[in-house]
Amino acid sequence: MPRAAPSWETTSLAVARFILQRLLVTVVMLWLVSLAVFLVVEALPGDISRLMLGQFATKHDMALVHAQLGLDRPFIVRYLDWVGSFVTGQWGDSWRLHVPLAPLVLSRLGNSAVLAGLTLLAAVPVAILAGVLAAVKRDGIFDRLILIIGMCGMAVPEFVSSMFLILGFSLWLGILPASSRVSEGESFLLHPDRLVLPAAALGLVLFGYISRMVRASMVEELRRGYVRTARLKGLGPAAVVLNHVLRNALLPTITVIANQTSWLLGGLVVVENVFNFPGLGQLLLQAALSQDVPMLETTVLILAVCLMLANLLADILYGILNPRVRFSRRASAA
Amino acid sequence: MSGAARQRHGRGLGRRFRRLLRRPAALAGLLILLFWAVMAIGWPLVTPYDPTDFSLIAKLSPPGAHHWLGTDDFGRDVLSRVVAGSRSVLLVATSAALLGVVAGTTIGLMAAYYRGWADELLMRAMDIMMAFPLIVIALLVIAVLGSSNLNVIVVVALAFAPYNARVTRAAVLAERDKDFIAAARLRGEGGPYIMLVEILPNIVDTIVVELTVRLALAIFTVATLSFLGMGIQPPTPDWGLMIAEGRQFYRIAPWIVLCPALAIASLVIAINLFAEGFKR
Repeated sequence: MPRAAPSWETTSLAVARFILQRLLVTVVMLWLVSLAVFLVVEALPGDISRLMLGQFATKHDMALVHAQLGLDRPFIVRYLDWVGSFVTGQWGDSWRLHVPLAPLVLSRLGNSAVLAGLTLLAAVPVAILAGVLAAVKRDGIFDRLILIIGMCGMAVPEFVSSMFLILGFSLWLGILPASSRVSEGESFLLHPDRLVLPAAALGLVLFGYISRMVRASMVEELRRGYVRTARLKGLGPAAVVLNHVLRNALLPTITVIANQTSWLLGGLVVVENVFNFPGLGQLLLQAALSQDVPMLETTVLILAVCLMLANLLADILYGILNPRVRFSRRASAA
Repeated sequence: MSGAARQRHGRGLGRRFRRLLRRPAALAGLLILLFWAVMAIGWPLVTPYDPTDFSLIAKLSPPGAHHWLGTDDFGRDVLSRVVAGSRSVLLVATSAALLGVVAGTTIGLMAAYYRGWADELLMRAMDIMMAFPLIVIALLVIAVLGSSNLNVIVVVALAFAPYNARVTRAAVLAERDKDFIAAARLRGEGGPYIMLVEILPNIVDTIVVELTVRLALAIFTVATLSFLGMGIQPPTPDWGLMIAEGRQFYRIAPWIVLCPALAIASLVIAINLFAEGFKR
């Protein structure tokens, strides 16, 4: 159906509306996640005061803790109190480490962000390039090789590939450290070599997913009519791929990368623990193993916030880059 | 449902399987998988030593004539532990995958059959669960419940259910408006009967493919949880645990971590090759 080209204003309005809508969804999702976390911790069998005091606690001590933590208040009051203090940044103290949680969690979050950011920066371009080459030279040796590496990267658990990396690069070649431990507050910029192996272990998983996705959407796009048209009008193969095909093929890839944030975070928990990397994932496992409830709740919620923000960012990027989303919003709004 | 239709789908699975046997990669996957399955059942017959027996004089001995793959820090035979370690991970992962597929299929069937607000509510709840990393959900729940094989099975199954529900739902949606369903409704059949007898046999294909994919992920997840100390507990011989315990000796006795790492890699790659071959 012919339609007048939308003016710049209606377009930006549609984008703003789209972003606002996604923002709202994100807030609702976060609220639901917080409710779920609270339910899991509070409602599952097992008494919080017993978790705090250990299995040899007396009834008297447990009653004291009950009163101290305000566990005798109604569920809804406790939940609101808990969410309120999380939102206002009063995260309380760790039960086991006896330190305030906020500075600890934030410094660990910073370390994890450095690792995750480095992984994305390194793995995404390599994976896109590999996917493009595999699609262009379909069914060739390179294609097979990428497929095998990608499959192994996705199939083998991160802790196993990490062990292979440690044995290979740290034990036999002796060129990279097997532990990423740094003293508290020390920056990783001083020890870039300690980031390499954890980033490689994480990147392997991303590489598998992204290269596979790019290859699939490239293959699909290469079959389209416009590719033939571009070739027939005299463009070289490289120009066709770079200027025409890749643009279209990258769009679904953005969604995949966003969906991989969840995998990346899961992998982060594992890889940080293999390499003793002082990040949020290590803190999460430490909290889970020692049943440190405030630390557990805070780290899980912070992870959830990061995850939702990453998804929001991906949605917005997708909306801005994909005219179909932009204009269908406009059309439905009109 | 008519016998002819059921037969058609029986043949569909059989055809998939025969096609799979003609792919070398998928066949290799199947054989490795069978090898580990046989080991998981019959390891007491083949292991040269008891996998939990300590031998303090043979501590950390390298691979050799007595211990083909060496011993660990307690002098336990690594070969026996690797062979025996297949049992715990396969048992827990298979149970989790089966339970997850049963739960997911039930949810997917109901959501797609009844549609309306139940569908909307179920699927939104599934979306939220899927937004979260599996390992984080598992760590949170197991931290509160405590780690036991049963808890690991239930948590992994519950975390898998949404993915399976979504796939089942799509498959059911493709079936539910066909004529034979309308005919069953006209005959006066109720919802549960139609779902179980009319729809389910037609999506068996999809469910079996889902099961192989879930099994691969379940092995991945269970091994990871064991490695993190939140899954299978010592002294059960288990690959994830062996790597976690042997990690500190990797410089002086790399075989303690290398052997179980290779075992896990072979198992997960095998099941992925199999699942991949089965899907097509």
